[in-house]
Amino acid sequence: MNDFIAARSQMALSLGFHIVFSCIGMVMPFFMAVAHFYWLRTNDVVYRNITKAWSKGVAIFFATGAVSGTVLSFELGLLWPEFMKHAGPIFGMPFSLEGTAFFIEAIALGFFLYGWGRFNKWFHWFTGVVVGVSGLVSGILVVAANAWMNSPAGFDYVNGQYLNIDPIKAMFNDAWFSQALHMCIAAFVATGFAVAGIHALMILRKKNVRFHMQSFRIAAVFACVAALLQPLSGDISAKDVAKRQPAKLAAMEAHFHTEAAAPLIVGGIPDSKAKEVKYALKLPGMLSFMVHSDFQTPVTGLDKIPEQDQPPVAITHYAFQVMVGLGMLMLAISLCYFVAIWKKRSWLQNNWLLRLFVLATPMGFIAVEAGWTVTEVGRQPWIINGIMRTADAVTPMPGIVYSFYIFTAVYISLSLIVTFLLYRQIKMVDKLYDVSPSL
Amino acid sequence: MIYVVIAYLWAAILLYILLGGADFGAGIIELFTSNKNKQYTRTTMYQAIGPVWEANHMWLIIAIVVLFVGFPEIYTTVSTHLHIPLVIMLFGIIARGTAFTFRHYDAVVDNMQKVYNKIFVYSSFVTPFFLGVIAASAVSGRIDTGAGDFLTAYIFSWLNWFSIMVGFFTVAICGYLAAIFIIGETKEDASRIRFIRKAKQMNVAAVVFGALVFWAAHSEGIPLDEWLFDNAVGVIALIAALLSLVLLWYLLLKKGKVYIIRVLAGFQVTMILLAITLRHYPNIVILKGGQYLSLMEHAGQEKTIWSLAVALLLGSILILPALFYLIYSFQKNKGQWH
Repeated sequence: MNDFIAARSQMALSLGFHIVFSCIGMVMPFFMAVAHFYWLRTNDVVYRNITKAWSKGVAIFFATGAVSGTVLSFELGLLWPEFMKHAGPIFGMPFSLEGTAFFIEAIALGFFLYGWGRFNKWFHWFTGVVVGVSGLVSGILVVAANAWMNSPAGFDYVNGQYLNIDPIKAMFNDAWFSQALHMCIAAFVATGFAVAGIHALMILRKKNVRFHMQSFRIAAVFACVAALLQPLSGDISAKDVAKRQPAKLAAMEAHFHTEAAAPLIVGGIPDSKAKEVKYALKLPGMLSFMVHSDFQTPVTGLDKIPEQDQPPVAITHYAFQVMVGLGMLMLAISLCYFVAIWKKRSWLQNNWLLRLFVLATPMGFIAVEAGWTVTEVGRQPWIINGIMRTADAVTPMPGIVYSFYIFTAVYISLSLIVTFLLYRQIKMVDKLYDVSPSL
Repeated sequence: MIYVVIAYLWAAILLYILLGGADFGAGIIELFTSNKNKQYTRTTMYQAIGPVWEANHMWLIIAIVVLFVGFPEIYTTVSTHLHIPLVIMLFGIIARGTAFTFRHYDAVVDNMQKVYNKIFVYSSFVTPFFLGVIAASAVSGRIDTGAGDFLTAYIFSWLNWFSIMVGFFTVAICGYLAAIFIIGETKEDASRIRFIRKAKQMNVAAVVFGALVFWAAHSEGIPLDEWLFDNAVGVIALIAALLSLVLLWYLLLKKGKVYIIRVLAGFQVTMILLAITLRHYPNIVILKGGQYLSLMEHAGQEKTIWSLAVALLLGSILILPALFYLIYSFQKNKGQWH
């Protein structure tokens, strides 16, 4: 492994780690706010217990997300100084606003976690909502900064100089909306399915059924609504990518040759040398339709992209297949759930639906990681699309390989500890929250 | 607008030293407390910093964002040449934040608590130590942007006695701030006496390491005494700090008002920061061969600075009232001597 690959791997690892915690930190407060709301309205103690149990998970995830986010703000400079030297002043606007949003989130979390019984109950509830809203705003801002790397705006690039910088234009680049929308919905899908799956498992094990049943319902409704919306936002994203980053779209689809009535390639093994995809399912004209809403319009293939500007095809293609495939599976589960609610109440009593949710527990987060891989690997070899190459941005310091090994060890241990803590939290539910109806 | 940005950068650094520093100090105090009293110290500290610790560490994020947006060349030079201490500091931040949260939110209380405690206290020491090393290295003139070999470029940029002594000095300051702060957090007489003693010890440690910083600067050929004493502001700031220290000791002995003691300790740290930053202003990093990185010459383009300043001003309208209310809410009904 050379230092350049090590730097990219370390960045990917850090982002891939942080994204899980930030998704949970963005979404869980909304689940809590719903449960908290029910508790305040109905005085049903099970909802207070759910809110408290979830808030402990949130505290653990928020702290981990906050420190891994702090690390990232330094890693940008530690690993990519040449990039930050030029990009910092241009795409810094969302980061400076994100500082505020994150600060508000931390303050509101302090109120929420330590405010039980200290404040007016609706003020306390409101601080929980503020945690969620500011978390969501943080997420949107950070994704807007990433969108700028895909769709650079707000400056003129003249002879290697970055002139006429306009940070506001840079923030509202062409990609910010489609990317932020896709990411926010993804956060709801991933967190919703993860939480619903864990509670479904506990229901199947017949532990504190009422506690877990009500928790499951809140999470599942959020997850399933988001899973229904996600294909729509995915469609907006795909059309956007086709317009601005044809190389990325071609790599996602393993679309080697520019052609009219381009087929949608599902699965398969792309062979970059032979420029073909083996064992794939090809749906004629579907790619043209998806991108241009017309079955005949040609779609740019990799043959139109100079060799040195092509992203790695296999990784991008596989990651894209994984993301879409899991998205479809979760969509199917969501449809089953809605049918169960509206038409077939009996399905809710059946174990198979709960088992499906248990099966789906990790799916959303795997899809998030895969989608993140698509957008980052699909942008290569560029760090600023069409302007600066990733290889030109990396730190001159040698020995990044060792730094990568240490970071890997740290993040693996942290993941293990967080999992261990979560396991203990769930195991202790019956002891910590007395759910007998007499209360 | 550049002055607004610089003022915010300075304020963020100061608040991080005061609030984040006291926060680190909580772990340092715990490290230097006898086993018998550890649990009590831990609980008192937790009640004091639990609700605010996340917010305390946001100041570092604000400072770093101001640097990388407004002063990218300063940010990238420092992060390239001080890569190693920065990474160690980051591991400290990860370990400390997570251990602090985990030990409170672990549903089962068992031997794992010992692991969290160990990680928490040692990372509370390591993190401010390396923060001090990084700050000292930025002005020590050892960063050599033209260096060809690994050792000169990436190791000796920060590994010298001056940086190390500033590291220890920073740790002592953090412990001192935390000890002063915690005096008002307990109502028990015996504990208060113990915390007062801790504050005195930490203060003595800070003075000793402060003297060692001068010794190290002298032996490394860094004209620290010149920086501090050749200008009126430096002299006045340090004299003010010294006088307030005398007053503070008097109040500690006489059991004076706890909030006055807190303000005095904060005042001393502010004066020290003022004395060491103002002399070089607007320069912030001193490179090998006497070159400077300056907040004026190495600032971003006008529109960048303008929008950064607006973002900071807007942000503080939202943040400051909420933060004050948070601190006020969890501080009222506490901190009385009698």
